[in-house]
Amino acid sequence: MSYEELLTELSLADERFVVMTAENRALIRNLPQLLGKRFIDTGITEQTMIGAAAGLALRNRIPVVHALASFLSMRAFEFIRTDAGIPALPVKLSAFIPGLLSDANGPTHQAIEDVSIMRGIPNMTVFAPADEDDMVKMMPAIWSSPKPAYTRINTRKTSYVHEPFTPGKAEVIEQGTDVTILTYGLLFEQALIATTILKSEGLSVGLINMRSLKPVDEQAILNAVDQSELIVTLEDHFLTGGLYTIVAEVLLKHQKTARVLPFALNEKWFKPALLPAVVEHEGFSGKQVAETILGYQTNHIQPEILKPQFAE
Amino acid sequence: MQPINKLNNMQNNIRDNKDLEAIALNVREHIIKMSTDGGCFTGASLSAVDMIVYLYAEFLNLHKDNLTDPERDYLFLSKGHDVPALYGTFAELGLIEKERLANHLSIDDHIYWHPNIHIPGIEFHSGSLGHLPSVAIGVAMDIKIRGGANKVVCIMGDGELNEGSCWEAVMVANAYKLDNLIFVIDRNKFQANMATEDLIPLEPLHNKFTAFGAAVSRIDGHDFNELRRAFEKYPFAEGKLNVVIADTIRGKGLPSIQARADRWFCNFSAGEVEQLLLELHGENTTQLTSETLVVR
Repeated sequence: MSYEELLTELSLADERFVVMTAENRALIRNLPQLLGKRFIDTGITEQTMIGAAAGLALRNRIPVVHALASFLSMRAFEFIRTDAGIPALPVKLSAFIPGLLSDANGPTHQAIEDVSIMRGIPNMTVFAPADEDDMVKMMPAIWSSPKPAYTRINTRKTSYVHEPFTPGKAEVIEQGTDVTILTYGLLFEQALIATTILKSEGLSVGLINMRSLKPVDEQAILNAVDQSELIVTLEDHFLTGGLYTIVAEVLLKHQKTARVLPFALNEKWFKPALLPAVVEHEGFSGKQVAETILGYQTNHIQPEILKPQFAE
Repeated sequence: MQPINKLNNMQNNIRDNKDLEAIALNVREHIIKMSTDGGCFTGASLSAVDMIVYLYAEFLNLHKDNLTDPERDYLFLSKGHDVPALYGTFAELGLIEKERLANHLSIDDHIYWHPNIHIPGIEFHSGSLGHLPSVAIGVAMDIKIRGGANKVVCIMGDGELNEGSCWEAVMVANAYKLDNLIFVIDRNKFQANMATEDLIPLEPLHNKFTAFGAAVSRIDGHDFNELRRAFEKYPFAEGKLNVVIADTIRGKGLPSIQARADRWFCNFSAGEVEQLLLELHGENTTQLTSETLVVR
C-alpha cells in the first residue's frame, strides 16, 4: 500500500479528513477528484495553508497538509508554532523530500533542521518513517492522534518488513553488545547494510529504527546504552538538535554517560547531486558507516542506492 | 442598558442607534479604566469600539448562549492589541462578568494584552499579525464544505496589512470564492507610533482589495448608520470576499489623545483616568503628563 492509497482509504471513510497542499501534489495526485471540496490547494502559500488548516481543525476537521519539508517547516514555522502548536490542534504536517531526499535541489530545499525546530514546539509530535512500509504502518496512528504532528515523508521502498507501530515506541531491529546504531528515515536502509557488514566482521550489533522522535522512546535508548559499548547515531539532519542531541538529552536526564559516535551534517549543508552520490559524498552509505565504526577498510560491496522517484 | 438576551433577540431588526451609542460609551469607559496599572493599547482599542459593538450587538449571530454552537457566526480579532474593546463589549453584552475586567493584567486571570481562548467568546488567540485572516479562511472553507450559513468576520489593523500573509489570504479567499468571509480593516491611519502613510503607504487601499478580487465597502467606522448600511449588503457580491474598510480615528472619544502617534499604548496615572472619564463625557479636557510609549 502506498501513502496515497492509505490516505485515500482513510479520508473516504472519515469525513473529518481534509487534504491540503501548497501546490505540491506529487503524493496526492488522485485525491482532488476523489475528495472534491475536501481537497484544498492554497497555491504557493505555506503560511496561509497552515492558518487555514488550524481554522479547519477548529471546526473538527483533521487537515493533512502537504508541502516541501523546508518550506513547510521553515517558511511556515511561526504559523505552525502559533496556530497549531499553541492551541494543540490536530494539524497533520506531511513534509515532502526532507533531509537528503531533496537531493539535487540545493540548500534552499534542504530540510535538515526540521526535527530540531519541530520538536521544540510544545504539543508537536515528530515522526520519521524508515521507508514506505514503515510509513504506511505509522500514519494511521499519527493521523488519529489529537495532537499536531510533523512527519518526514519517506516513500522509498526497502525489502524490510516492519513491525506494527506503537506511538512513542522505537522499533528494535536487532540487539548487540559491541555497537548499536540508532537511526531514522531513509538512512535506515544504509544502517541495515552497515549492520550486516559489521556482523560479518565479527561484531555484535544492535539496530534501532527510532520512528518517533517526539515523543522519543527513552527506554530503547537507555537499553542500548546499557547493552552496547558504542552508540552510533545516524541521521540526515544537522548535528545540532536532531537524534544526537536527543540522545544527549536522554543521557543527561538519566545521569548516564556513553560513547556516542554521530553521523550527521556538522555545521554544513550537503553538496547537491542525485541521492546516491549525496549519500556517498557525505559518508552515509552503509559501507562507509561500517568502516568508520570499524576503523578500517573492508572488501564488502555497497549495494546500489536507488534514485528517488520524485524531482521537485 | 438592555439585557443581552433581548439585544440578541433583536438581531436582524433595525436597532435604535442610541442603544449602540450607550454600549459603545460604556465600552470606552472600560478601556480607559484598563489604561492604567500597566496600561493597554488605548488608542488602537478606541478606534475599534464602534465596529465591534455594532457587529456583536446587531450583525453577528453570536451571543452568550450559542458560543459553542456550530451554526454560530465567528469573529476573529486579528489585530489583537485592541482586545480591551472586545472585552469591554463582552462585559456589556454579558459574555463575561463586568467585574472580571478589574483583573486586567492579573496573574490570576487571562485578561492580558492579546486575546486568548480562556475568555468566553474568543475563538482564537492573536497577537502575531497576519495570522487570523488565514485561520478565518479555514473556518469559512469548512462552512462552505458543509453548506452552512455562518458568517465569518476577521478584524484587521491597517498597519497589519504590511504583513504579506494578509495579501496571501485575500488571494486564497478570492480563489475559493469565500463570500461568507468578511475582512474588516480598522483604518485608523497609524501603526505603533507612526502614520501608516509615512511608513508603508496603503492608499489607495480600496483599489488594492478590489484588484485582489474582493467586494469592498469603505465607510466611517464610527457611524452606526454607515456600519449598518455596509454590513446589511452582506454578501456584497456572490462569490467574492467581503472587505469593509472602516475609516476610524485612533483614540476616538478622547480629544486629548485622538489621532496622536505617541498615544498608542497608554499607561495613565489614576488621576488621569479620572479626568479622561470626564473628558469622555465632554466634561473635561485632560492635561496628560504620564510618559508615552514610543517604539519607533
